[in-house]
Amino acid sequence: MEIKKTSLNKLHQSKNAKFVEFAGYEMPIQYSKGIIEEHKFTRSHSGIFDVSHMGQLFIYGDETLTEELEKIFPLDLKNLKQNCSKYSFLMNEDAGIYDDLIITKIEEGYLIILNAACKDKDFEILSNLLGSKFKMNLDNNRSLIAIQGPKSVEILNSIINGVDQLNFMTGNWFDSDNQKLFVTRSGYTGEDGFEISISNDKAEKFVENLIEKGAQLIGLGARDTLRLEAGLCLYGHELDINKTPVEANLRWAISKSRLSNGGFIGSKKIMNQMQDGASQIRVGIKPEGRLIAREKTKIFDDTDTQIGEITSGTFGPSVNGPIAMGYVNKEFSKVDTKILLEVRGKKHPANVCALPFYKKNYVKGVN
Amino acid sequence: MSEVKFSKEHEWITLEGDVATIGITKHATEMLGDIVFAELPEKGSNVEKDGTAGVVESTKAASDVYTPVSGEVVDTNQAIVDDPSKINEDPEGSAWFFKLKMKDQSEMDSLMNKEEYDKFAKESAS
Repeated sequence: MEIKKTSLNKLHQSKNAKFVEFAGYEMPIQYSKGIIEEHKFTRSHSGIFDVSHMGQLFIYGDETLTEELEKIFPLDLKNLKQNCSKYSFLMNEDAGIYDDLIITKIEEGYLIILNAACKDKDFEILSNLLGSKFKMNLDNNRSLIAIQGPKSVEILNSIINGVDQLNFMTGNWFDSDNQKLFVTRSGYTGEDGFEISISNDKAEKFVENLIEKGAQLIGLGARDTLRLEAGLCLYGHELDINKTPVEANLRWAISKSRLSNGGFIGSKKIMNQMQDGASQIRVGIKPEGRLIAREKTKIFDDTDTQIGEITSGTFGPSVNGPIAMGYVNKEFSKVDTKILLEVRGKKHPANVCALPFYKKNYVKGVN
Repeated sequence: MSEVKFSKEHEWITLEGDVATIGITKHATEMLGDIVFAELPEKGSNVEKDGTAGVVESTKAASDVYTPVSGEVVDTNQAIVDDPSKINEDPEGSAWFFKLKMKDQSEMDSLMNKEEYDKFAKESAS
């Protein structure tokens, strides 16, 4: 199959991007300055991320659609205000996660942002669940641009006036350059920032404009170190079809009002696990010293019994040390529990620690 | 000091008497990206030509460091363990990895000179 390219591919090339294949797309892993510089620039200034490979699924409908979606997602969508977003999951009956996603209630229905590697399957699953009652559009004509970091609000507001009034996890349509953009205040870095849905033919010019105002393009390499420092899950690593939201320590994302009556896919398993606890749980892990424990690193206790596995591990540029996330048996999930990581045949000490590794700077409310 | 020689695994090596100094090439550091961890062989241990003799890790991945010749490790560069970013800054100078007392200096003969290595690196990168 031919590799897919986003509408910003030429711009990435002109900025000396190193490319990798990701979910069938040719995506920039880094530019000439490298991952650490890009990471730090995002934390101190403003980084632009091409996330156009992600799925933008528009589902059109009214209250009937809300009712149908509540049978799927563990969310109180009836009480979700228009233009407000929620983090959620598409699950199977065993509460195994097909995908994690952000769903926003919009005037026309819902906009769901899906992972690139999962979006086609998600579309199929949702089409089967919803039948043909609602118009669904996995929109390939729109690009998705994230801008993240403390200077982002000022930069973006100078191009799209009014985005500074958005609260965290809300969005709205804005007019700019004779077209409608959907902007949400959200992100995947632990910083204040926005995601902008824009038609493909306008995306390059829009990003060039952001660069002119002082933001810089950032690759998937730094996106990964940033999200890991922020303690955020990456599908295919922390999350997959064999893990549930409770095991992933994401019970905060399940609306409380939905727990008493259930009625969403996977609710039985979720309710059981909420009561009895899960046998394995996702935790933050800090190796002692400088050692990096990568994905699939085995975790042991001091009696040589394997108690878990690392799902992501790297060097955190802002933490200035190695960081990881992984799953451990629940009796080892308390903060400050000593564990051992087997790297290249040797066991190295590490500690279970609180997430995030890096303190968030989200804007909670505007006045 | 001898001329600098290079291996296909992107190590460089110089010889002074029977002691070889070994590091990784600038080209290797450019391929790896930001190096954030380095592990070196133990002083006093013996390493075999083309065997692993350390590890470097970038933000992206771990890579083995090989030794292009055999010998006993007589010194290691603690400075790059303490601050691995030095490897990106000066890979073919102050950021050497380890020194070996060589057993068989003829092992140097099969290695590439600078011109040959530059050509090799250019071809392997494309």
